[in-house]
Amino acid sequence: MTATDLPFPGLTGVPTRGDDELLTGKDFTSDQEVRWCPGCGDYAVLKAVQGFLPDLGLRRENIVFVSGIGCSSRFPYYLDTYGMHSIHGRAPAIATGIATTREDLSVWVVTGDGDALSIGGNHLIHAMRRNVNMTILLFNNRIYGLTKGQYSPTSEPGKVTKSTPVGSVDHPFNPVSLALGAEATFVARTVDSDRKHLTSVLEAAAAHRGTSLVEIYQNCPIFNDNAFEAIKNPDTKADAIIPLVHGELIRFGVDGAKGIARDETTGGVRVTSGDDPGVLVHDAHADDPTTAFALSRLTDAGVLHQSPIGIFRQVERATYDDDARQQLVTAEQGEGDPQEALAALISGPDTWTVV
Amino acid sequence: MSKQVQQLDRVIIRFAGDSGDGMQLTGDRFTSSSAAFGNDLSTLPNFPAEIRAPQGTLPGVSSFQVHFADHDILTPGDAPDVLVAMNPAGLKANLPDMRAGSTLIVDSHDFTGRNLTKAGYAENPLEDDSLADWALTPLDLTGMTVEAVKEFGLSRKDAARAKNMFALGLLTWMYGRPTETTIEFLEKRFAKNPAIRDANVTAFNAGWAFGETTEAFAVRYEIKPAPMAAGTYRNITGNLALAYGVVAAGVQSGLPVFLGTYPITPASDILHELSKHKRFGVTTFQAEDEIAGIGAALGASYAGSLGVTSTSGPGVALKSETIGLGVMTELPLLVIDVQRGGPSTGLPTKTEQADLLQAMFGRNGESPVPVVAPQSPGDCFDAALEAARIAVTYRTPVMLLSDGMLANGSEPWRVPEIADLPVIDPAFATGMNHTTTGKDGAEVDDFWPYLRDPDTLARPWAVPGTPGLEHRIGGLEKGDGHGNIAYDPANHDFMVRTRQAKIDRIAESLPPLEVDDPSGEAKVLVLGWGSTYGPIGAAARRVRRTGLDVAQVHLRHLNPFPNDLGDILKRYDAVLVPEMNLGQLSMLLRAKYLVDAVGYNHVRGLPLKAAELAEAITDLITTTTGAEPVVEEVSS
Repeated sequence: MTATDLPFPGLTGVPTRGDDELLTGKDFTSDQEVRWCPGCGDYAVLKAVQGFLPDLGLRRENIVFVSGIGCSSRFPYYLDTYGMHSIHGRAPAIATGIATTREDLSVWVVTGDGDALSIGGNHLIHAMRRNVNMTILLFNNRIYGLTKGQYSPTSEPGKVTKSTPVGSVDHPFNPVSLALGAEATFVARTVDSDRKHLTSVLEAAAAHRGTSLVEIYQNCPIFNDNAFEAIKNPDTKADAIIPLVHGELIRFGVDGAKGIARDETTGGVRVTSGDDPGVLVHDAHADDPTTAFALSRLTDAGVLHQSPIGIFRQVERATYDDDARQQLVTAEQGEGDPQEALAALISGPDTWTVV
Repeated sequence: MSKQVQQLDRVIIRFAGDSGDGMQLTGDRFTSSSAAFGNDLSTLPNFPAEIRAPQGTLPGVSSFQVHFADHDILTPGDAPDVLVAMNPAGLKANLPDMRAGSTLIVDSHDFTGRNLTKAGYAENPLEDDSLADWALTPLDLTGMTVEAVKEFGLSRKDAARAKNMFALGLLTWMYGRPTETTIEFLEKRFAKNPAIRDANVTAFNAGWAFGETTEAFAVRYEIKPAPMAAGTYRNITGNLALAYGVVAAGVQSGLPVFLGTYPITPASDILHELSKHKRFGVTTFQAEDEIAGIGAALGASYAGSLGVTSTSGPGVALKSETIGLGVMTELPLLVIDVQRGGPSTGLPTKTEQADLLQAMFGRNGESPVPVVAPQSPGDCFDAALEAARIAVTYRTPVMLLSDGMLANGSEPWRVPEIADLPVIDPAFATGMNHTTTGKDGAEVDDFWPYLRDPDTLARPWAVPGTPGLEHRIGGLEKGDGHGNIAYDPANHDFMVRTRQAKIDRIAESLPPLEVDDPSGEAKVLVLGWGSTYGPIGAAARRVRRTGLDVAQVHLRHLNPFPNDLGDILKRYDAVLVPEMNLGQLSMLLRAKYLVDAVGYNHVRGLPLKAAELAEAITDLITTTTGAEPVVEEVSS
């Protein structure tokens, strides 16, 4: 299987392996010792990514992982691809330079809630509005891990941490709402512990041409353990996870007892009974992001009891890097020797000669 | 009526008016026709940071000074011989720079009640005899312009806007400039609006004809072409030359150029220019902020382009962390700082050289970065190529320190032959460079991203897409050779010293310094860097004409210093360091060479004045050697 066999427009231009060049997850594993805390959700995501990368059909040398700063940003060291562990919050900017100049690379950004949404918030939203061809994995553990336990821009209000001994008074970001507000063309949410769902979302994200934003709920066992208890506990997850599957009714709860319908009074959406004829069919391909945004608002801002999981939005739009490269191709067409052209350029139209 | 023609060897003209009066355009066109005529020239635009400051006020005054001569000149000149003032504020703001006896040509049209008040005049200076010390010629330029262009049916406001072309026509006549270049320019510029086009051409011709016929001016002047080295010349500003240097660096290295940047005065024209040259494989990315601009540029460098970012001092402050990442990851990166007055937002449109220490040290940790500075507008081309050579050869960010005066000033530039330009070799890594013995004792070839070239100490540049060289880099300390994360103390000490040694080693690739000491008898050395080259050179000439000896050395490389600088400094009894800052190069020289450098420092947002600097040099010579000027300095 190669990338071109799949409907993977996101990888158009990236060379693929020959059918006889088999690679496994082991081939994408570097020789570096993984140094996350025992029980960290990052291990599960790393395993899923290492397991999934061979399926892209790409050569290792054509894959680049760029990260910022934080626990999750150590990710590139553990993958035997090209990689850069950069500085806090700037990975989307660095990846923009890589993606714009190199159509033949599959570019990935690994970031966390502090890295992407706090110090790097600006770069994140601008990458998404430009729709630069990259896949952003946003590990959201709702806490600062590497700096040892301060609240993050996704922590719930009132959170007691080292830096907020009497509770945080910050209102959190909803990363999916933020991405949709920035008009990202691919926005999804998944969970570290659900490898099957995680892999299917990563596949769709890689297939997408443009910026794909994947929020991954990721547990930090040291500083914010059980932050996602509601959606991981077998007893509560049916009521907590609102699965979004394109073309299917949005129903959840035990035996699909609950559903999501339009709220006529607010224009948003509301929870209704599963057999309500008004239950919405999820349309991730809708050009208008309004409903996707409404669905994103079903996520609790406080302690998590309920959250939609899946692909919120998946639409086509011209990408910055394709268009920028096309401008170069157009300008270069039919032009001759660069040194001759340079001589003409620097002389300009108004010269005089001294003999 | 045939007029008397008087020969001059040089003239300094300043066009001044409201920022909406088109003074920059007027000055630029006068410069172009002077260049076409073959004079040597140097220009100094001076304009407010506001796009349209309140009309008619002193803060709204915009001016353009052009110095042209029949001989080699180095500066835009200290004091104008002629001021063309288009309104009361233009007169008032510039009069302090005018010597007694110099010429004032003033558009009298707006010297009326409210306009006088706005400029701070209680009485009309054209009528109260307060300008008796100057050769004053008040003319109703606006009125004559409106009359000349009435056939085109423009509104009075649009008609009056052509007054700058009337003034240009008059000065073109007065100094015997060719008219064709300006007319061709106007026809092209206003091709889409025939009425405006015709009005401007007509106003220009009317101004010329007015000079020819009026009795207000009895004399016209001739400034013969200047002898120059054989070659093809053009007029060029520093920002344009710098942009061309970046394009040339791409061509001469075979690398695609990626400019990641954010608009900022006075560097934005570099972005504007480079955005036109996609044909050369130049990508320009107008980022969301300064940090993203340099971040994308560094990403592009990692991916095998020549990454470039352009900014001014405030932008460098924001880019510091990424420059540090470039130092750690040892990737080529060209950081262009077109310096302006600081600190903070400072004086956006004025010049200064106060970012030298920021370029040297403005990062956390031991983070050495080469620093290169151009000395004149045309020299920005060569300096950009040199900065790119160092960045690519040594795998390092390089700071290129231009400034506002170089950026917007212009001079005739001898267009280089492409064959004479340096060739830059990216020398990408293509294969394994190391052999590791595995656990089973078998030898395995692998790639070490931090295994250095023994000559340059540069590490291999292995670009994504190269099979077998997959590796990870980042801001954490690297283990020597293998480049994996390493925290051990001895390794850090070694890597810090090695990064420094790599930058120091650049000095071995530099040519010897040129010492300008015509008599060979000088005891005093004047040492400068950047745009002070012109004023220092002009001041040194003045001093020598008085019979005193002085040597001049100008530094292109501020880090590392050339290897012969220390010996040169020792040869002189005194060293004067003129800078548009409070002594930043002096501080570096004192620290490195224990030399008692004497500072000459001005931070007025304007270039140093050659006459004042000449006095300072003379004083130092007298103090040092006891020698006094033998002859009086004569003007020019």
